[in-house]
Amino acid sequence: MTGEGGKRWLARKTWIDAAYDPKMRALAFQALLALVLVFLFVEVVRNTAANLEKQNIASGFDFLARTAGFDISQTLVPYTSKSTYARAFFVGLSNTLLVAVLGIALATVLGFALGIARGSPNWLASRLALAYVEVVRNVPLLLQLLVWYVAVLRALPMPQGALALPGGAFLDTRGLHLPRLVVENGGGLVAAVIGLSLIGAAWLWRRRRARADEPADPVDVVGRGLVVLLPVLAVLLALKATLATPQLGRFNYEDGLSIEPEFLALLIGLSTYTAAFIAEIVRAGLDGVPKGQREAAAALGLSRRQALRFVILPQALRIIIPPLTNQYLNLTKNSSLAVAIGYPDLVSVFSGTVLNQTGQAVEVILITMAVYLAISLATALLMNWFNVRTAWAER
Amino acid sequence: MRATSSFLCTLSFLSALLLGASPVVAQSSTLEAVKKRGQLVCGVNTGLAGFGAPDDKGNWTGLDIDFCRAVAAAIFGDGTRVRFVPLNAKERFTALQTGEVDILSRNTTWTMSRDTSLGLNFVGILYFDGQAFMVRKSLGLKSADELKGASICVQSGTTNELNLADFFATRGLTYRPVVYERLVEVLGAYANGRCDAFTTDSSQLIAERTRLTDPEEHVMLPDLVSKEPLGPAVRQGDAQWSNIVRWTLFAIINAEELGVTQSNVEAQRSSSNPEIRRLLGTEGEYGKGLGLADDWAVSILSAVGNYGESFERNLGQGSPLKIARGRNALWKDGGLMYAPPVR
Amino acid sequence: MRISTAKSERSATPFETWGGKLRATLFPTLLQSVVSLVLMALIAHVAYAFIDWAFIRAVFTGSDGSACRVEGAGACWPFITHKMNLFLYGRYPEAELWRVHLTYGLALAGVVPLFVPGVPRKPAILAYVLLVFPLLAFILLSGGVLGLPLVRTDLWGGLLLTLVIATVGIAASFPLGILLALARRSELPFVRWTSTAYIELVRGVPLVTVLFMASVMLPLFLPPDVTIDKLLRALVGVALFSAAYLAEVVRGGLQAIPRGQYEAADALGLGYWRKMAFVILPQAIRLVIPGIVNSFIALFKDTSLVLIIGLFDLIGIVEQSVQADAKWSSPQTAATGYFFAAAVFWIFCFAMSRASAALETKLQVGARS
Repeated sequence: MTGEGGKRWLARKTWIDAAYDPKMRALAFQALLALVLVFLFVEVVRNTAANLEKQNIASGFDFLARTAGFDISQTLVPYTSKSTYARAFFVGLSNTLLVAVLGIALATVLGFALGIARGSPNWLASRLALAYVEVVRNVPLLLQLLVWYVAVLRALPMPQGALALPGGAFLDTRGLHLPRLVVENGGGLVAAVIGLSLIGAAWLWRRRRARADEPADPVDVVGRGLVVLLPVLAVLLALKATLATPQLGRFNYEDGLSIEPEFLALLIGLSTYTAAFIAEIVRAGLDGVPKGQREAAAALGLSRRQALRFVILPQALRIIIPPLTNQYLNLTKNSSLAVAIGYPDLVSVFSGTVLNQTGQAVEVILITMAVYLAISLATALLMNWFNVRTAWAER
Repeated sequence: MRATSSFLCTLSFLSALLLGASPVVAQSSTLEAVKKRGQLVCGVNTGLAGFGAPDDKGNWTGLDIDFCRAVAAAIFGDGTRVRFVPLNAKERFTALQTGEVDILSRNTTWTMSRDTSLGLNFVGILYFDGQAFMVRKSLGLKSADELKGASICVQSGTTNELNLADFFATRGLTYRPVVYERLVEVLGAYANGRCDAFTTDSSQLIAERTRLTDPEEHVMLPDLVSKEPLGPAVRQGDAQWSNIVRWTLFAIINAEELGVTQSNVEAQRSSSNPEIRRLLGTEGEYGKGLGLADDWAVSILSAVGNYGESFERNLGQGSPLKIARGRNALWKDGGLMYAPPVR
Repeated sequence: MRISTAKSERSATPFETWGGKLRATLFPTLLQSVVSLVLMALIAHVAYAFIDWAFIRAVFTGSDGSACRVEGAGACWPFITHKMNLFLYGRYPEAELWRVHLTYGLALAGVVPLFVPGVPRKPAILAYVLLVFPLLAFILLSGGVLGLPLVRTDLWGGLLLTLVIATVGIAASFPLGILLALARRSELPFVRWTSTAYIELVRGVPLVTVLFMASVMLPLFLPPDVTIDKLLRALVGVALFSAAYLAEVVRGGLQAIPRGQYEAADALGLGYWRKMAFVILPQAIRLVIPGIVNSFIALFKDTSLVLIIGLFDLIGIVEQSVQADAKWSSPQTAATGYFFAAAVFWIFCFAMSRASAALETKLQVGARS
């Protein structure tokens, strides 16, 4: 830079010119945004504190250690009315996760079936799948849950006239009652054996995959199944496990494993709804595989099903998986609609009952939101990891 | 700078949307704010026959509603200058805390934790209630102790939910709770056979029973498992306002005791009974202490009548519920209704 | 048209007749034939069951539920006809219903020309729909000015409330979503982070919690003695929620615009906002119209969640009538009520998705020619 240029540069450095300097403007703009955000944040915190202070409303997280005092209908974690609010929180969380995991499994199966049917050469099958998708996607999930819960499951008979299902199970307006496995003081052992077997099966699977890229053959699948089943059966036999069948008591079926109708309605509603969206994703994924691949598979003499299984689906999966994860997250978030039909999920137990009993709206809702956020972020991280891995495998 | 200014515009629009919707100028005194607004805002039930329910045209009736009208009458001399804000169980306390409503008159049970940690003050008891169970007659039950193993419907977040758990825990019995957020769901579930019993305050049970298709097929078990004193609540920290609301309650109870009714209130102003003369403002300046006109009680009684009249109209023989006065009779008649004197 | 050409290409020469086509698509192999027959039986069964329920065994007259309590009765239609006003308008005063109808008329006057091809001045119509109409609708519905009696929002209900929430939600979240999308692609790091954080935060939580926040937490955030209407709080919640999803859709469009377009606009000396408003956004939004309409459909369906915070939209009011009105209770009342609500929602959502598909085809054709 020459001396003259330096002078000009100095001359430009008035504040008016600075206002037109893009860098200065960018800086000022961001500073302003930061200022506004900080102001809003401070204002909110100040107002909330002032409101709570002025009204003498309790705040803080001490309430979590207090006794809850209410009962919950479905508890995967040991819980009684003497437990703490914190434990009630875990009951709600575990119920949310349960319905989400099972819902995801069911929705995936149904969604893939529908999505493949959408691309089926059978005109009826593809039209029916389309009709399903168009009907289910365009009706609010909340309404569908109410339909399942109020119009369908409530129409079932009272316990006295329950429908007997094969295998000693019963279905009535109080839910589905299944036989329950009773293991006298050996539950922990059974769980341990199941866990070990699963690990063994997973290890076998990985070893196979590492050895050859061939598709799994049926013998192998059976083999893996046996690795899980045999030890469990052996232990069960050794412990003299028995099946407790549901018996009709004075009011309800007892002894068996009762699945509440709220859970059934939520599970069915969530999975049938999400399946419609998954079907569309699967169809788009299948359409996204170049036509040449199909033709090449046909030229190799593969049947339609073989081509789908070994050529099309593996490629389509790369297109399918990111939006599919989104649907899984949606399903998990949508499980919060449980509150409308009385299933004790996180929102209904924690943001519902606990909030009402303690009156600590701010703390309770923040915790609830944080949990969903954590689930979403964890899934996003998992997805990134998965994407990196598949990208590497595909080279 | 164009970018900045348009962004600022957006932000100010947003904050206007958030903050400026219907700002009420900051007031230290609730009475001042209500007077300035020209209207009392009362938080009531979304729909509970006998206590607070709108008809299809949006006209509200009920004991809680009458109480709101009474407070409005005490302030404005006009029982219609009140707006009802229907609140569900979750919203009710926040609505009162944040000033969305001036009074919470929504069949709310007075408990210690609510009185001390929610920023509310209960001003008195409008209705002495207790929790009961309703079951199908065909079950042939005699007592709630026989409900072992039953499915029981209850509304979440209520004292009923807690009492239910206590009741069964103390007896060492098991039961299956079926819990819903909204009362309509609880009733619907019970009516459809999702549960064997429905538990809530007995007055509510009676009201809900009339909404069943076959009310005669359902009975209430004799057990009362809790004390549920229902009453209006106000925000903490405004003694004048709590006094107004509290003395409105005492005024309608005292009026019944003194035989002052909606129809005879004008005539009673010239009564020779000094107690009546003090209540109605003929003697003394008792209204002044509340910051109201001295004939505040006359306005209340002309608007809604005394406690007994309101009770009979909404819950008693003049209503479909036909609830007996019972514990809600005056202390003279063996009930619990007792108000300090005006003097 | 396109579909039929594709099909005739596929089934090529051997099958020229209808029967041939039928055989090719439905009965090519034994397995396929079995599948087809099973599906036909299924369709016939469902169709018959529906007709039987909705017409043959249905009850069409009656002034309460007693007619519907007959053993084996189907749909209880008088429940719908008697409660129609409640379902459509909530408790909006009967004498003022003309205001609702006028509002609907004003809405149609804006929306229909928007989708009819060949109508000029589309941007002006869009501005009317997004800016002028909401204001008019608010004045008309709520009143309190110009001699119109005030109708408080707690009297609004049913389909009216559903449409109000959906319309306001769309009108408010659209600009907000675009702004967020632009911010997320901004070169200013702090703006980008803020927007990203907001979008991910909102997309990570369920709408129910956002509505709870709007209904029980928002009042605590405001200065003491400042209160806002319950409906407005729900609207703020819905709009802020929906904007985050819309932002992601619009961002997709922005990403798809070739760099050359940005550079060309820069070369013309356009500033940031002009560049976006006149060059980038029109193209980007056109690219993602289906995504935008999908977001709107999702928002429309999501309006039903306000039931959880105690507002009575169409589903809320149907549900309340179904569960709590003893006069009408019968085994089929719930099914009938829900069928009605589902049909209404379905018609709106399906129409929106068709309109978007039509628009997409048209725009694609336009782009190609």
